[in-house]
Amino acid sequence: MEIKFSEDTLAVANKIIARYPEGKQKSALIPLLHLAQAEFEGWLSPEAMDYVASLLHIKPIEAYEVASFYSMFNLKPVGKCLIEVCRTSSCWLRGSNEIVEHIEKKLGIKEGETTTDGMFTLKTVECLGSCGTAPMMMIGAQYHENLTYEKVDKVLEQCKTDGSRKTYLDKVVIDKY
Amino acid sequence: MGKKLLLEHDHVPGIQGYEVYRQHGGYQSVEKAVKTMSPEAIVEEVKKSGLRGRGGAGFPTGMKWSFLAKPEGVARYLVCNADESEPGTFKDRYLMSRIPHLLVEGMITSSFALGVNTAFIYIRGEYYYIVRILENAIAEAYANGFLGKNILGSGYNLDLHVQVGAGAYICGEETALLESLEGKRGNPRIKPPFPAIAGLYGCPTVVNNVETIAAVVPIVNQGGDAYAQIGIGKSAGTKLISASGHINKPGVYEIEMGITVEDFIYSDEYCGGIKNGKKLKAVVAGGSSVPILPADKILTLANGEKRLMSYESLSDGGFGGGTMLGSGGFIVMDETTSIVENLFTFARFYHHESCGQCSPCREGTAWMEKILHKIMDGHGTLADIDLLWEIQAKIEGNTICPLGDAAAWPVASAIRHFRSEFEEYVSNPKSVKVVRHYDAMQNA
Amino acid sequence: MAKVTIDGRSIEVPDGTTILQAARMIGPEVAPPTMCYHSKLKTSGGYCRTCLVEVTKGSEKDPRPMPKLVASCRTTVMDGMEVGNQTSPKVIEARKGVVEFLLLNHPLDCPICDQAGECHLQDLSYEHGSSKTRTDFERRTFEKIDIGDKIQLHMTRCILCYRCVKVADQITDGRVHGVLNRGDHSEISTYIEQAVDNDFSGNMIDVCPVGALTDKTFRFKSRVWFTKPVTAHRDCEKCSGKVNLWYKGEEVLRVTGRKDQWGEVEEFICNTCRFDKKNTSDWTLEGPAHISNQSVISANHYEVFKKPTEFKLNDIKPLKIEEGSKS
Repeated sequence: MEIKFSEDTLAVANKIIARYPEGKQKSALIPLLHLAQAEFEGWLSPEAMDYVASLLHIKPIEAYEVASFYSMFNLKPVGKCLIEVCRTSSCWLRGSNEIVEHIEKKLGIKEGETTTDGMFTLKTVECLGSCGTAPMMMIGAQYHENLTYEKVDKVLEQCKTDGSRKTYLDKVVIDKY
Repeated sequence: MGKKLLLEHDHVPGIQGYEVYRQHGGYQSVEKAVKTMSPEAIVEEVKKSGLRGRGGAGFPTGMKWSFLAKPEGVARYLVCNADESEPGTFKDRYLMSRIPHLLVEGMITSSFALGVNTAFIYIRGEYYYIVRILENAIAEAYANGFLGKNILGSGYNLDLHVQVGAGAYICGEETALLESLEGKRGNPRIKPPFPAIAGLYGCPTVVNNVETIAAVVPIVNQGGDAYAQIGIGKSAGTKLISASGHINKPGVYEIEMGITVEDFIYSDEYCGGIKNGKKLKAVVAGGSSVPILPADKILTLANGEKRLMSYESLSDGGFGGGTMLGSGGFIVMDETTSIVENLFTFARFYHHESCGQCSPCREGTAWMEKILHKIMDGHGTLADIDLLWEIQAKIEGNTICPLGDAAAWPVASAIRHFRSEFEEYVSNPKSVKVVRHYDAMQNA
Repeated sequence: MAKVTIDGRSIEVPDGTTILQAARMIGPEVAPPTMCYHSKLKTSGGYCRTCLVEVTKGSEKDPRPMPKLVASCRTTVMDGMEVGNQTSPKVIEARKGVVEFLLLNHPLDCPICDQAGECHLQDLSYEHGSSKTRTDFERRTFEKIDIGDKIQLHMTRCILCYRCVKVADQITDGRVHGVLNRGDHSEISTYIEQAVDNDFSGNMIDVCPVGALTDKTFRFKSRVWFTKPVTAHRDCEKCSGKVNLWYKGEEVLRVTGRKDQWGEVEEFICNTCRFDKKNTSDWTLEGPAHISNQSVISANHYEVFKKPTEFKLNDIKPLKIEEGSKS
């Protein structure tokens, strides 16, 4: 796969870059890494990071340093649906451990693993600001809250049927929260 | 019903959009500010209001604003801290997704007061769906002449951008946030200099929390004095409280400061009491960083009076017997809760979120999590409890930024108030069902 | 000018001087230890927290004490400021904690580490640490990697002082290594395997306070205390050419930059001088090098007091070695 933004994405990238004062284009690094991750199979390969660095005229290491710092950037390939289950206090109090167990059983994978069909990767994450609607999980940009086993099953089923890759940049319907 | 200043219209259908927001008095503060007030006069009103930073530290906003350096010919910036990541806190998310124009309006009015022509809203990456909501609101504000060049014919120009983060609690620390906004790792800066002197791109900068910025709107509309009348003592105004845990009605509540903690937990207007009729065991009142308090101490002060929901009352008793209002992340735990396990989730959190720049936090947070894990697994000793105590004491106050303190306080308070529970784990190890141990930082 | 008192001893220093600099001006007895600060590197310091001091009086104007201990390397003095270093029990206690944190994941492999004998972490631990460890958890480890053919990165020993990153940023063009990941998973790395290849890369070795970056041309050649440092210079078009040569017998085992009494490099040198000029004939010898107090060599057993003109290599005597022990 050639690592290069589509014309549309490049236009968005250039619009973002133009926000910042002259000489401060590095500010666009995180937004552009998000774009790259969404466009290039849900993860940031060294080539993808090099490409972003070249757009911003910064050294590749500056992109690696930043990408490896932030937990939303995947430096290894992930499944089409990255399931991120919150595990911090409020979610834990309301049963996030059991939700994780349930998903593990259902998908036949452990936390940190990807299903053999490449559909799902399961990950636990720290507080996503959904404590009032705990337990919760995030897939792409979509928050799934007040989880029950049934709700989890339904969401995973939908993901499977849909089959598309979910990214943080997906346009999502705002939930009723 | 308490007075509502921010969430008065949050249930009005369509309030997310410009038209409905405007019909309900939206953008009046901008009109009033740019047409009838000087920037200095607005800063004065904010000072008079007694508004304190709503992100957690509670620093007087007017004072923070007056520290902003104003050298000739140098750009100044206003950055809104929407990196809400403190466990137990979700009020900014609620406010931004329900009434995005309130934040946009607050940003415009505040920017005018500070003489800022470019402002940013730095929002955590996980809130990507809110980025779209905010961007829609901003586009509407541009279209209606509230943003861009010559706002409402006043000659004042302002551009407002949403900047997205990518998963790092530390970016809620204002200098780490600025580093991140400059496209760097979220490593807090060593202070001084403070952002008011050298912030974004080395220029004078004010960083304020979402709720703080939003509160500027009613302050300008009604005047600082009127705002100061609301609340109690130095805890002026209303506060958004994120209530979660073992309660009947989790959610975001706007309270007038000064109501009792008891009322907040048990009245139907707010949390509606403990779930399943259980007894209250403990509360973390202001987000994961603040000291946890057992039921009797959170409800009642040492002198027997009822504890109130205010900066002063919550911190009454100091660190030994009190806590803090913090970000207003109110986590309630019932009698079945294991304090040790809950502490473990906090310790794991701070370990995961330490930036790794300075040694006490980098090494200490990881160490504390490991020891707690060991205790939970039934391998702990009494000496481990003392060691935990000593480690937190060696972190507190010795780090570059407050994350070290934030990691230390929950440990200190849990041991102080619930030591017997730790000892129970040591002497009578229970089997813990699933412990999710922090492993690789990089996922999957 | 500002008058500052550290551990009861006063000095007048120009405004803008840091507490650490002022303390060093007074003398080693009151100077806080440092691991990450380096006088020749801008924005260095603040990370390791070993130089924390207690400000008991803020200034003449505002005598309130500072609420927390401060990093002396990054805090500027105020007129009338009073500072506690060795005399402050709080500082001693905090420093003990910092040493413990720095050693928590350190492999303590001094017996096989080339840095032993001139390692700042060894000195720090000896002076401020505890002789007992309180952790039985597995230590963090990393694979050794070669970054270029002359430098080895042994990340397991690193204390994340950021000095090598600042060297690459400030005296070379095109930094290719940096700090990756975060928290206690942070590591110095090039991410994709890549050689650090530029004329001044060798200075990363000199600024590394521990044995994380070592000179491969010197690797396992000798314990440093069996070598004899000699100041020397040559005309170099790339750098000052002012170096220390480290002799064992008649052989130059390694070349380093000269360090000041705090163990910090005085002038950075180029890789040609460091790696390619290992014959005595390449150099003009000046005399025995004075090595700072931060080293086992600082006993200076080998040092003889002769003018450079009278100086001969064989005048330098090695440390007295007990019978049977070999390097």
